[in-house]
Amino acid sequence: MALSTTRRGSSYLFLIPAFVLYSLFVVYPLFTGLTYSVFSWKGTLRDTFVGFANYAGLLTESFRDQLLPALGHNFLLFAGTMLVQNTLGLAFALALSRVRRGKRALQTMFALPYLVNPLVIGYLWTLLLSPTFGPVNSLLRGVGLEGLAMPWLGDPATALPTVIVITTWQWVGFPMLLFSAALGGIPQEYAEAARTDGATSWQVFRRITLPLLRPAMATITILSFIGSMNTFALVYALGGSNGAPAGATDVLGLLFYRAAFASGDVNALGTSSALAVFMFTFIFGSTLLLERVLRRRT
Amino acid sequence: MRTLWIKLLLWGYAVFSMAPLVVMVLSSFRPTSEIFDEPIGLPTGSAFDNYAKAWTEASFSTYVVNSVIVVVSAVLLGAVVSLLAAYPLGRRRFGGRGLLTAYFISGMTLPAHLGVLPLFYLLESMGLVDSLLGLILVYAAGSIPFNVFVLTAFFRQLPYELDEAASLDGAGPLATFWHVMLPLVRPAIATVIVFQFVPLWNDFFYPLVLMRDESKLTLPVGLTHFFGEFQNDWGTLFAGLVMTTIPLVVLFVLATRQIVAGLTAGMNR
Repeated sequence: MALSTTRRGSSYLFLIPAFVLYSLFVVYPLFTGLTYSVFSWKGTLRDTFVGFANYAGLLTESFRDQLLPALGHNFLLFAGTMLVQNTLGLAFALALSRVRRGKRALQTMFALPYLVNPLVIGYLWTLLLSPTFGPVNSLLRGVGLEGLAMPWLGDPATALPTVIVITTWQWVGFPMLLFSAALGGIPQEYAEAARTDGATSWQVFRRITLPLLRPAMATITILSFIGSMNTFALVYALGGSNGAPAGATDVLGLLFYRAAFASGDVNALGTSSALAVFMFTFIFGSTLLLERVLRRRT
Repeated sequence: MRTLWIKLLLWGYAVFSMAPLVVMVLSSFRPTSEIFDEPIGLPTGSAFDNYAKAWTEASFSTYVVNSVIVVVSAVLLGAVVSLLAAYPLGRRRFGGRGLLTAYFISGMTLPAHLGVLPLFYLLESMGLVDSLLGLILVYAAGSIPFNVFVLTAFFRQLPYELDEAASLDGAGPLATFWHVMLPLVRPAIATVIVFQFVPLWNDFFYPLVLMRDESKLTLPVGLTHFFGEFQNDWGTLFAGLVMTTIPLVVLFVLATRQIVAGLTAGMNR
């Protein structure tokens, strides 16, 4: 009995360092952040309790005109990621499942860009896509595609699609690896049985492979959503904190950064905290919803 | 015939995937004037000039040293406190164990950035803004949820006879932890260390907010200053990008297995 009490006490001793560090630097700021959003601020001095006024402030015309486009861009990034990156990832995983020699080498080469810091990726591509000295445009001119040699990141019409291409280039290895793993888990017998019954390869894919990939797709969709909503370093490197050109690449993360540190507003702390809480609630809520819809058994 | 097409497509994409990185490395060894003349080309002559310039003139030496100090200390501190916490959480019975486990692990789903403003004022009140120590503490604390999650699961898997045998031999909890448990969880420790290293090495947001002093910057924010300053010196820019990337590639080559293990552990949550 004496033994078990000393053991019990020492369990808490083991926990103290992590508990203190985590509570002080993670949990406490998070909850304080929530309270920041219901006060008005004069610089760094807390003024009065204002309830939801800071949240209402997010919807005033001047702020709404930044918030809605930014949110829209986050959604376009998500849509682009799903359509381009994850579809390609699936295609590559399927293609790789038919290749024997060089499979590992290919996988490594596809996945290598995601090791690189998004900030480095952003700067690297601004150099590569530079209209005057960039190798991409000189390559396009070299093969006679003069018309395609243009300032991809400098034109508001092409900037966001270019960001999607760059994101795809960096991350396609991730869905590819996940789909490859999921494909590896599907017993060969299923497809063989279907083929003996006269199914075409499209039917095998549509009726057998695809439904069995559903859990992997759910995981990838959710992670892509969270990634697209939280994007920051890449767009910062590509277009600065204003989402250049002309706000075409502005996203929620950049907007929060500007609202908190570059707005010059006396109530910057109140506004940006409300924005942070809104972003969290929105992203977390949407993730839960996605989780429910995607993991529902059909 | 069809397989041939598939192979062609895959190798074609592999070229697209690697080309930007190859151009980055090649250009980092070329003088800027040559890059402007001929955007794609092989290095000639004085290969390491760009690196020397980035290292000395652009204070990359400072950024790299700061990054190494901060990331290594934070990863180690985070791993040590998480190991200590995961041991009782995974292996011993005491009041509030479930609650405490949930408390730590819930941090994985919390948006750390939500707390960045209060964190700034907290650090300011402690005199830790613009200090490497402040950044180390923040990073170490942020790594606790994932570390505890992975390590607790690992501790739980070890056979229970081990604790009994140790206590029969008269070992106290600390001795059991140190001599029996620690050697057995070594693979999990490697996983969390490798897995935390990458996001911390790349982290841009916290130092962007918490650090102002040029001499205290870590690589990512340093890189943004560097890009503003050396705008037209492309050779040096490419060298800077390569230097920021190299440590991660080296880590990846040395520790592929731990990274994959960490990825899958993170995915099943």
